[in-house]
Amino acid sequence: MTGAIVGALLQALVVAVASPLLLGLVRTLKARLVGRRGPDPWQPYADLAKLCRKEVVISTATSWIFRFTPFVLVATMLVAAGVVPVLGTRPALSFAGGIILLMSLFMLGTFFLALAGLDSGSAFGGMGSSREVAVAALAEPTVMLAVFALVIRTGTTNLGGVAERIGNEPALAAHPGHLLAFVAFFIVMLAETGRLPVDNPATHLELTMIHEAMILEYSGPYLAMVEWASAMKLFLFMTLLTNLFAPWWVPADLGAYALLLGLLALAGKLVLLAAALAVLETAVAKLRLFRVPELLAGSFALALLSVAAVVLLK
Amino acid sequence: MFRQLSLGLRAGIVTEPAPREPSLEAVGARLGQEVRRLFGRSLQIRQVDAGSCNGCELEIGGLTGPHYDLERFGIRFVASPRHADCLLVTGPVTLNMAEALRRTWEATPDPKLVIAAGDCGRDGGIFQGSYAVVGGVAAVVPVDAVIPGCPPSPAALLAGLLEAVGRRP
Amino acid sequence: MLGHAWALEVPWLVPLAGLSLRMDPLAGFFLLLVGATAVPASIYAMGYTRRGLGAYPAFLLSMAVVPLAANVLTFLLAWEGMALASYALVLSAHDERDASRAAWIYAVMTHAGLACLLAGMLLMAGWTGSLRFADWSAAAAGLGAPARNAVFVLLALGFASKAGVMPLHVWLPVAHPAAPSHVSALMSGVMIKLGVMGLLRAGTDWLGVGPPWWGVALMLAGTASAVGGVLYAVVERDLKRLLAFSSIDNVGIILMGVGAGMVFHASGLGALAVLALVAALYHAANHAAFKALLFLAAGAVARGAGTRDLEALGGLAKRMPWTGAAFLLGSLAIAALPPLNGFVSEWLTFQVLLQTMRIPRLELSLVFALAIAGLALAAGLAVACFVRAFGIGFLALPRSDAAAQAREVGGAMRAAMVLLAALCLGLGLGPTVVLPHLGAVAAQRLGTGAPLPGPDAFTVTVSGDFATLSMPVIALALTFGLALPAVLLRIMGAPRNMRRYETWGCGRLLQTARMEYTAIAFASPVRRIFDFLYRPQTRLEVEAHPGSRFFVRRMAYGHSTRALAEDWLYAPVLGALRLGAARVRAIQSGRINLYLLYVLATLIVFLVLA
Repeated sequence: MTGAIVGALLQALVVAVASPLLLGLVRTLKARLVGRRGPDPWQPYADLAKLCRKEVVISTATSWIFRFTPFVLVATMLVAAGVVPVLGTRPALSFAGGIILLMSLFMLGTFFLALAGLDSGSAFGGMGSSREVAVAALAEPTVMLAVFALVIRTGTTNLGGVAERIGNEPALAAHPGHLLAFVAFFIVMLAETGRLPVDNPATHLELTMIHEAMILEYSGPYLAMVEWASAMKLFLFMTLLTNLFAPWWVPADLGAYALLLGLLALAGKLVLLAAALAVLETAVAKLRLFRVPELLAGSFALALLSVAAVVLLK
Repeated sequence: MFRQLSLGLRAGIVTEPAPREPSLEAVGARLGQEVRRLFGRSLQIRQVDAGSCNGCELEIGGLTGPHYDLERFGIRFVASPRHADCLLVTGPVTLNMAEALRRTWEATPDPKLVIAAGDCGRDGGIFQGSYAVVGGVAAVVPVDAVIPGCPPSPAALLAGLLEAVGRRP
Repeated sequence: MLGHAWALEVPWLVPLAGLSLRMDPLAGFFLLLVGATAVPASIYAMGYTRRGLGAYPAFLLSMAVVPLAANVLTFLLAWEGMALASYALVLSAHDERDASRAAWIYAVMTHAGLACLLAGMLLMAGWTGSLRFADWSAAAAGLGAPARNAVFVLLALGFASKAGVMPLHVWLPVAHPAAPSHVSALMSGVMIKLGVMGLLRAGTDWLGVGPPWWGVALMLAGTASAVGGVLYAVVERDLKRLLAFSSIDNVGIILMGVGAGMVFHASGLGALAVLALVAALYHAANHAAFKALLFLAAGAVARGAGTRDLEALGGLAKRMPWTGAAFLLGSLAIAALPPLNGFVSEWLTFQVLLQTMRIPRLELSLVFALAIAGLALAAGLAVACFVRAFGIGFLALPRSDAAAQAREVGGAMRAAMVLLAALCLGLGLGPTVVLPHLGAVAAQRLGTGAPLPGPDAFTVTVSGDFATLSMPVIALALTFGLALPAVLLRIMGAPRNMRRYETWGCGRLLQTARMEYTAIAFASPVRRIFDFLYRPQTRLEVEAHPGSRFFVRRMAYGHSTRALAEDWLYAPVLGALRLGAARVRAIQSGRINLYLLYVLATLIVFLVLA
C-alpha cells in the first residue's frame, strides 16, 4: 500500500519536473530548424517561476469555476501520471484504471477548461471552448479504436500490462496493425495537446486559437498552473506513444539500476519523438478549423484499418 | 514541405550576436534591481499600437526573425495583456486609443513595465502638438523606459529591451 | 432484488386472467429504481406545484406494478395505466404553450407501441396457450424460429418506442419538456427504463435464448440512438428538450449493453453476458440518478429565472448557487467523468464491448467495433453538449433581464437535488458495493452463476486481468492533486495579490452580455461538421435603407435544423396513412341506408364463415 503511494508520488514528481523541459526542447528544436538560435530548453522553468511571483487579475464576470479550473487541470494530470507507464510497466495506480480512465481524466480537464473559457464572458473564450470540445469529441472514436487494436493483441486494457506484453514479444510491435494504430494515435496526440497542424501554440491571432483562446484571461500563478498542466499533458501523451508502441527497456521492477535504465531509455525515446514533432510542426501549416475534422476522420480510418489488420492478420 | 526543411537546414543558424550600444532612456525609478531580478530570465511583452504609423511595428516584427531572435533571451510576445509583464507601446497615443491603452495597462498584472518605442512614444514625435494626439505614452500611463528613434532599428530595440531587464547579451 | 422471490395472485381483481404479481431479482431491481427516483421527485414536487395530485400517485403505482406483473393482462393494464397517468400529467402543465400538442403526440406514439405489444403478447399467448409469462419461457423452445422472431420483433418495437430508441423516439423530445419537471424526471429516469426492462424480458426471458441477430439488432439500434440522440442534444436551445435528447443517447448506451449481453449469451459466453447485463443495469440506475437531478435542476432554473431558453440564460451560478452546483454535478456525471457514476457504467460498457475478440465470428467483431466507435463519439459529444448547457446557461453574464433577476428556489426543491447529487456520488464511489448485487440479478436472469470478484473492497476486476478500476482511490488521488498546488501556492505566498477587473476586450470601451458567445454559436462547429445529418436551413433577411442599398437598417438571421427521422420515416408514413384514410372515407357517405347495407353484408359474411 505504501509502496503504491510512494510509486505514484515518484511518477507524478518525474512527470511534473520533466514536462517543462520536454516543452522547451520542442521549442528549441523548432527554432533551430528555421535558422534561429532559439530559447534555452530550460526556459519554461524560468517562465513558470516568474509567473508565480506576479499578481492575479480576475475578470468580474467570472464565478468560482474560473478559479477552480487550474487546480482541476493540475490534479487530473498528476493522477494521470500515476496511471501511465512512465517509469516501469507497473505504474503505481495502474490498478485504479487503464487507458479509458486516462482518456476520461483528460476529458475532465478539458471540461473544466472549456467552462473557464466560457466563464469570462468574452467571445474569444467561448470560441476557444466551442472549438476545443468539438475537436476533443471527434478525437475520441479514434482513441477507442486504437485501444481496441492494442487490446486485441495484448488481452488487457491495463496500460502497464500492454507495455509489458508488447515488450516481451517484440514481434508484436512490427505488426502493420500496430504501426497503423501508432500513426492514428499520433494524430490524436496532435489534436488533444493543441500542436500543429491542428492548433498553433505560439499564435497571437485569437481567431486561429483553440487552446490558447480559453486561457487568455488567466494570469500569475493560475496561468502557471494551466501552462504546466498542458506541458504535463504533452509529456504524458508522448510517453504513451513511446511506452505503449515501442516499450523496450521499460523495466518491470523498480530496482535502482532498472529505474535508471528506464529513465534513460525514456529520455532517449522522448528526445527522438520531440525531434519528429518539431520537424512536423516546422514543415506543415496550420489547418483551417473545418479541415480538422477531415484530418481526424483520416485518423479514424487508420484506426479502423489497424483493427481490421489485427483481426484479419492474426 | 521537404524543400522548406532542407532550406532551413542548409542555411544554418543565422542569428547575430546582440548589439551592445546603449539605447535606452530610463525615465522611471521602477527599473530597479527587483524588477531586473524578476524579469531577467523571462519577459513577456504585449505590444500596443496606440496610433502609430506602423513603422515601429515593422521594426519590432524583425525582432522575432532569425537574425535578431528575441526568444533566445527568454523574451516573448504574447497575445493577452494578462499574460504580459511589459507593454511595448508605439505611437503618439491618438485620442481614440488613449482609453484603450489605459485599459490594457489596467488589465496587465503587477509588477509590470511600460516601454515606449519610437520618438512618437516619447513625446509625440512628428505628430507632436496635433489635435488628434494626446502626446506621448507618458501622458496616459506611467512609462519606465523609452527607446528613441524614428523608427528605432531592431538592433536598438533589442539592446534597449535587454538593458531594461538588466540582461547582459 | 436482495434475495427473496415471492408471488401474489388475486384472480378476481383483473378481468380474464386475474392480477398476478411475481417478484424476481430483475423485477426487484426495477422496483427499486422506481422507488428510489420517486422519493426525490416527490420531495421536489412538494415545493414545485400542486397540480396533477390525482394522476401522480396513479403514475407511481402503475410504474411499480409493471415490473412485477406476471401475466399479460396485469402487465398491459399497468402499462396503459402508466401511459394514461403520464398523459394526464403532461396535460397538467397546461400553461405551457405546446402542452396539448405534446400530449397528443405522446398519446399516439404510446398507443402505437401498445398495439405492437398487444399483438406480440397475444400471438405468444395463443401459440403457447397461456397468459402467464412464466409459462412462456418453458414453452418457447417448442415454437419455431419464425414464430419467435415475429413475436420478438413486435415486442421489441413496442418496448423500443417506450424506451425512446431511434427512430421511434419522436414523442420523447416533445413530451418530456412539456411535463412538469418532477414528472419529466420520472419519465426520463424510470419510465423509459421500463421499456428497456421489457426488451430484456422479451430478449432473454419470455422467448428463451434467441439467435445472435436479436442482440446485434439491439446493439445497432443502441448505437444509432446514442450518436443521434446526443447530436440533436448538442444543437438544442431549450434546456429540457436538450435533456430529453440526452435521454435518448443514454438509452442507446444501455441498449448497447443489453444487445452485447444477448450476443454473448447466444454465443455461450455466460460470464461476459452477465457482465454486459450488469453494465446495462448499472447505467440504467446511474441515468435515473443523474437525469432526474438534471431535470429537477432545469425545473429550478425555469422557476427561478423564468425561462428554459439557453439564449436567454447566463450568470446563474452566482445567483442560484445550489441549482448551479446540482446542474454541474449532473453534467459531470452524464459526461462520464471520474469520479462520478456515469464514468463507472460507461467504463463497464466499454470493457464489455472491447472483449468481443472472445467471440470467434468476424462479422460480430465488426458490429462491436462500430459500437465502440459510436459509444466513444457519443461520450465525446456528451461532454460538448453539457459544457454548452452548463457554460452558457450558468456562467458569465446573464443574457436577459429575467436571468439577471433570477432567485434561488425553495428548500424542498433544493433538498431533492442534494439527495440525488449524493446518490450520484455514492453510485460513483461505491461500484464494489453495487456490482455484486447487480451481478446476482443478471446471473439469475440469464441462468448462469458468475459473480464479479474484486481483489479487495475498493477495486473492480473484469475478466481476470483484463481491466481493473478503483474509484475510491481515484477520488482520493484527485483530492490530493487538488490540495497539493493549493498548499504549494500557500507556501510560496502566491498569488501576491488578486485584483478584479473587467474581461479583456481588446481595450474596448463597452463590455456587455451581447458580446458573449451564444448557444447557437457554441454548437456551430458540431453543426457544420455534421451538416449532412442536420441539413440546416438558414434564413437571412436584410432590410436596407430606402435611400441606398449599401446602408443596412436591419438584419434578421434564423437557423433551424431538420430532424432526419421525421422527414424520412414519419412524414411518408403519415402521408400514406392520410391518403389511405381519405380513400376509406368514401364509405362514410352519411346515408343511413348504406350503413344498414354494410351491417347486413357483414352479418351474411360471418354467417357464411361460421
